[in-house]
Amino acid sequence: MAQVSLRKIVKEYEGGVQAVKGIDLDIADHEFVVLVGPSGCGKSTTLRMIAGLEEISSGEIDIGGAVVNDVPPRDRDIAMVFQNYALYPHMSVYDNMAFGLMLRKFDKAEIRRRVENAAKILDIGMLLDRKPKALSGGQRQRVAMGRAIVRDPKVFLFDEPLSNLDAKLRVQMRTEIKKVHQTVRTTTIYVTHDQVEAMTLADRVVVMNHGVIEQVGPPQELYHHPRTRFVAGFIGSPAMNFIPARLEARGDNLVLLLPLGTELAVPEHRAERYRTHVGKQVTFGIRPEHLTDTQHISKQHVALLTLTPEVIEPMGMETLAHIKLEGTEICARLDPMVEAAPGVPLALAADMNNMHLIDDATGLVI
Amino acid sequence: MSAAAHPSGRPSDAVPGLGRRIGSLRSERRWALWTAYISLIIAAIVMLAPPLYMLLTSMKTSAEVADLSGNPWMVHAPTWENYAAIIGNPMFRGFFYNSIILTVCVVAITMVISVFAAFALARMKFFGSQVLATGVFLTYLVPDTLLFIPLYQIVGGLGLLNSIWGLVLVYPTLTVPFCTWIMIGYFASIPKELDEAALIDGANWMQMLTKIFIPVALPGIIAATIFAFTVSWAAFVYPTAFITRPDEMPLTIGVVSQLIRGDTFAWGQLMAGALIAALPPVIVYAFLMDYYIAGLTAGATKG
Amino acid sequence: MASDSNAAVLAARPAAARPASSAMKRFARRRSTIAFLMTLPLISVIGGLVVWPAGYAIYLSMLNRRQTAFIGLENFDILLDSETFRSVIWQSCFFAITAVLLKALVGFWLAHMLHHIPTKGQRMWRGMLLVPWVIPPALSTLGWWWMFDPSYSSINYLINAIGFPSVPWLGEPWWARISVIIVNVWYGAPFFMIMYLAALKSVPDQLYEAAAIDGATGWQGLRHITLPMMQNIISITVLFSLIVTFANYDIVRVLTNGGPRDLTQVFASYAFQVGVLSGNIPRGAAVSLFMFPLLAVIAYFVLRGVNKRTKEMA
Repeated sequence: MAQVSLRKIVKEYEGGVQAVKGIDLDIADHEFVVLVGPSGCGKSTTLRMIAGLEEISSGEIDIGGAVVNDVPPRDRDIAMVFQNYALYPHMSVYDNMAFGLMLRKFDKAEIRRRVENAAKILDIGMLLDRKPKALSGGQRQRVAMGRAIVRDPKVFLFDEPLSNLDAKLRVQMRTEIKKVHQTVRTTTIYVTHDQVEAMTLADRVVVMNHGVIEQVGPPQELYHHPRTRFVAGFIGSPAMNFIPARLEARGDNLVLLLPLGTELAVPEHRAERYRTHVGKQVTFGIRPEHLTDTQHISKQHVALLTLTPEVIEPMGMETLAHIKLEGTEICARLDPMVEAAPGVPLALAADMNNMHLIDDATGLVI
Repeated sequence: MSAAAHPSGRPSDAVPGLGRRIGSLRSERRWALWTAYISLIIAAIVMLAPPLYMLLTSMKTSAEVADLSGNPWMVHAPTWENYAAIIGNPMFRGFFYNSIILTVCVVAITMVISVFAAFALARMKFFGSQVLATGVFLTYLVPDTLLFIPLYQIVGGLGLLNSIWGLVLVYPTLTVPFCTWIMIGYFASIPKELDEAALIDGANWMQMLTKIFIPVALPGIIAATIFAFTVSWAAFVYPTAFITRPDEMPLTIGVVSQLIRGDTFAWGQLMAGALIAALPPVIVYAFLMDYYIAGLTAGATKG
Repeated sequence: MASDSNAAVLAARPAAARPASSAMKRFARRRSTIAFLMTLPLISVIGGLVVWPAGYAIYLSMLNRRQTAFIGLENFDILLDSETFRSVIWQSCFFAITAVLLKALVGFWLAHMLHHIPTKGQRMWRGMLLVPWVIPPALSTLGWWWMFDPSYSSINYLINAIGFPSVPWLGEPWWARISVIIVNVWYGAPFFMIMYLAALKSVPDQLYEAAAIDGATGWQGLRHITLPMMQNIISITVLFSLIVTFANYDIVRVLTNGGPRDLTQVFASYAFQVGVLSGNIPRGAAVSLFMFPLLAVIAYFVLRGVNKRTKEMA
């Protein structure tokens, strides 16, 4: 097991297109790091450079204290789980897991011991004689992980391993992966486009966009303190509402002036932080759960609004209301007990303690 | 008056045309099925008549073959003596032996050449690989009848005329391009992640080929092998041009050129010989037809 | 533990690799070397046994009979002046075009019929209908030759039985041409059938269902869905078969051997006759080279079709 460091990693394709534009990242031993971002953000390319499947255009990758730029994949002591599992179709589950050890000339007894141990961790002991064809998606996924575990490598690399599973199985395997990591504690780098997977699995999440890292941090930090507009919008589902606004001073207090004239008061404790942006065009960001019905609110710094929902989506444990606010589509999360109907005005409370303000000029959260 | 006002009386009008439509659909289907079966039966009769007639002839005595009075499609006194005679003929056994040696060598050479080449062309992009892949396909389109005269000179120059080794040398022109072509297709259809997984598992190129690609593409290998086998077993132009000595002849030209001479009424033996000569490919097809057809039609089914 | 020794290798490797330009680049370079070695046998077969002989054929065709003097295009001149050779050109084209069209039609029809019957019977019928294609043509043609025999023809027996006079199959030029075509169609139609059957099966059923709901009759479905979907595979098989049929040798050699009076000679059999049997190698080479322009044109279209198909599939 080992730590992994990326220093100024660049991937440039022929024709000068940069897929990865100089990434710095330090991953500690035993850490579970998730690279997340929309497709084409460079996350998979980064993973493949760590694996040695893509050449590094410039920069250095260091695994366990040694620069591995020039080391072929087989000598990097890493294991990888692919999106389509890449199980060898002609080999049994046992042989699939044993293949890497066999090529490394482990003795038979040791191979058997390791495969059986991995099979026990993953609960696939009864599948060892089957061919991949005869397995379900979730079982294939386990075998692919088993193939990684038996190698006892320095680093696990996961490339969107759950994308080919249906929604229910995905949730189940997510838990499984986390359990396995808690058991074997191998440093893990995991790539996904699904922010829920990222949030649930990671010790630290790395949000990437257009080949650069937008923000690195533990899931809660990313959720509550996004640093850029991209991270604020990418993390969280339903996504954060963004409403164009102008920051205005009203005496000592600040207000947000929405396009059609509604004013929302900014809490005093935020005033100092935002004062530099008075008079500027900003984006007001608020998560749907901070825009709710008025039933249970007793807090300070709440802005009350009466708006008319266009669409109501009952989800069971909550109800989503889609509303037009001064020309912008926004979403509010309501208590399921609240009676809401499309076209019927509804009293809503915006919890301004949890507001975010984004500088339109820089895209950074103020 | 609406249709609902007439629940009884003219039920077929109440739901206009539906009853008739179902009936006509069913009869249309039945008619189509009949056409299909009748066509197939006629086609099967036509397709099977020549080999059947060969079989009938091979079971007749020379006297019966020569007898013009009876129905040629009937055998009055079936006999295996033609088969016994042809199998007992050392020259014919020589043809068979030559064909086996020739085919085994050609199939082995072809498969080695095309599997290696296809692996390189499908997976290792290198300078000129695209041109070479197209070249392989174009070579496949060059018929043997265009090449046999210069090859006659070349094989003659090497002193290999009248030797099956001359044929072993030139037969790969018939087999290698197509086998390489289908193997490229099979190898290219193997997901790239599989080689990457193998690479990470620690395989080198050779291990990747022997441990992953060949086993995974086994159906393709079987198809290519059958192709190489059939083509070298049935090849006719090259042996006809290069071999004039009966003891070096493979079956095709041997049967056609050597058994016809002599007794005009050796038809029974000739047909017996032709059928025995045709047996190996027929047996191979009987067991492996699906692989071969899958390999051959891979291009037709995709897309 | 082996992973420890791996780590040692890992630690040692970069230090050793550093001074050289880049081990990864070396790896890539080694890869092209390996790839080149792997394709070398293929390149030698193509180069030594196809490209070189083809070039050599051009050179040969410009020599005199004893191959002692260079005579330019004289062999081609003489051939074009000869009545026999002009008939060879005509017969080759007539034979190839007629036979390929018939094979394509019969193959398409049979494929269509096979596609219509229940799936579990298809394998058996397909197996029976493929028999002609499985037997080496030189051998099955022997059977046909015997069935066409002037005095013992079993086909004439059947024709007489339904009240028609005997047909001089191989004795009369036109009948001999027809006989060659019959045998070729018999041998080649099954190939078309399986190609078309595979193509038919690849057309998704939903398309027909959608068309049926849109109001298409069976014939319109064939016209507007089946044929357009199969267009590419049809043209590839037809062009490919044109090459093979155009260059056919075995059937003509066994059935008529070019006769009567050289009227069923095609390029291949005539080249054999002139080049090998009469010993005029240069002129034989010239005869077979006449095939080349036509084959090149067809090959161009086949390649275009295949490329188009590959693009569609991607």
